[in-house]
This record gives sequence, C-alpha cells and structure tokens, in this order.
Amino acid sequence: MSGTASFAELLTAALIVLGAGFALVGSWGLVRLPSLMERLHGPTKASTLGMGAMLVASVVWFQLGKGVWTTHELLISVFLFVTAPIAANMIAKVHLHRLRTGEPSEPAGPSGAPAPPPGKADWATHQAPHQGTPGDFAGD
Amino acid sequence: MTFGVLEGALAFGFAALGVALAMNLWRLVRGPGVTDRILALDTMVINVIGLIVLAGIAGGNGTSFEAALLLAMVGFVGTAAYAKFCLRGDIIE
Repeated sequence: MSGTASFAELLTAALIVLGAGFALVGSWGLVRLPSLMERLHGPTKASTLGMGAMLVASVVWFQLGKGVWTTHELLISVFLFVTAPIAANMIAKVHLHRLRTGEPSEPAGPSGAPAPPPGKADWATHQAPHQGTPGDFAGD
Repeated sequence: MTFGVLEGALAFGFAALGVALAMNLWRLVRGPGVTDRILALDTMVINVIGLIVLAGIAGGNGTSFEAALLLAMVGFVGTAAYAKFCLRGDIIE
C-alpha cells in the first residue's frame, strides 16, 4: 500500500480517531468532573457515541475494504444504545438512595442533593428491603 | 510494510483507549463511594468493547465480535446487578 490511501481506509481511520477521541474525552470527564451526577454524563454520552463511531468504522472497513457484510457491530451498537441509559438511570438511583440514607462516602456535589419532585412524591429509588438481607440498612 | 493512515489511526485508537482505561482505573481506586466504582466499572467495560472492536479491525477477522457482544451483555447485567444490590439488598427477588 504505497502512495494514496483508499477511500475506505480514510473513512475508517477518521471514524476510528473520532470514536477513540470521544471515549478518551468521556473517561477524562469521569476523572475530572466534581460530582457523581456530572460524572455520569461522560461515560453515558461521550463513550457511547465513541463506541458507535468505532462500530460504524468496523462495518465500513469490513464492507468497503474486505467486501464482507457484517452485522455483529450493528447488534453491539443497538445493544449499547439500549442499555447505556438504563445503566445510567440505575446508577443515578443508587446515588439518590445513598444520599437519602446519609452515607458518609457519598458526597452530594457542589449544588447539594437534588430537590425532591413537586407534590408529596419522592424519587422512586427504593422500597423497603427484605428482612435480613444485606441491604437492610437499619442496623448498619 | 509502510505505515499507512489506517495503521496510524489504529495506533491512536489503541493508545487513547489505553489511557481511558487507566483513567477509569484511577476512578475505580479513588472514587469516594460505591456508586463511583460501579460507574467506573461500567465505563471500563465499554472501553474494553472498543478495544476488542479495534483489535478485530486490526486482525482482519470477524470472530472477535462475538466476544464484544458477550462482553456488552455481561457488562450490562453486572452493572444492573450491582445497582440492584445497592438499592434493594437483593439481586433476584
């Protein structure tokens, strides 16, 4: 491969650089941002977009470079796009729940704990734990 | 073998994902609470999926994508199980 690179190589290389850069920025946000609710933004948005770009790069490379049509990457990207918001939602629920139970290892961030929703409702994070299970924080 | 643009992009991708994994590991060790550690583990799984995809492009065979798909599933189930355990004290009710 001497001289000019093919269109498939250029497109694949651009998508790989974009995806890896987004993954790097997402992990940098995980280190740099001050509170957990802000740290959630890094992995769930930037890393997922970066992963999508890398998977599209793989599809493009195998299709244009090798002439093989692969669907595993599309399956992975669809699965990641579906599960990443669910995982982020569950992590945010854990954060709210531990803030409410007053865990000392769970700092609330610069703006304090999130305000409760209007009305008499509360954030739906937790129902009463079963008796005797390790999540029974009453005696801890 | 000349060092083409694709090889350069793959080298950058491997380096960036390695640095990203190191930063996730820092958050995993340092993170003040268990919630940060769950988040760091989830991000590590996503970055390792990216590494496997890049290795599949570099190696030229499509067999590694089954591993990436399995890792995506197992990583999500692990994150959900950790969060569920912190919320309810029980994983399978």
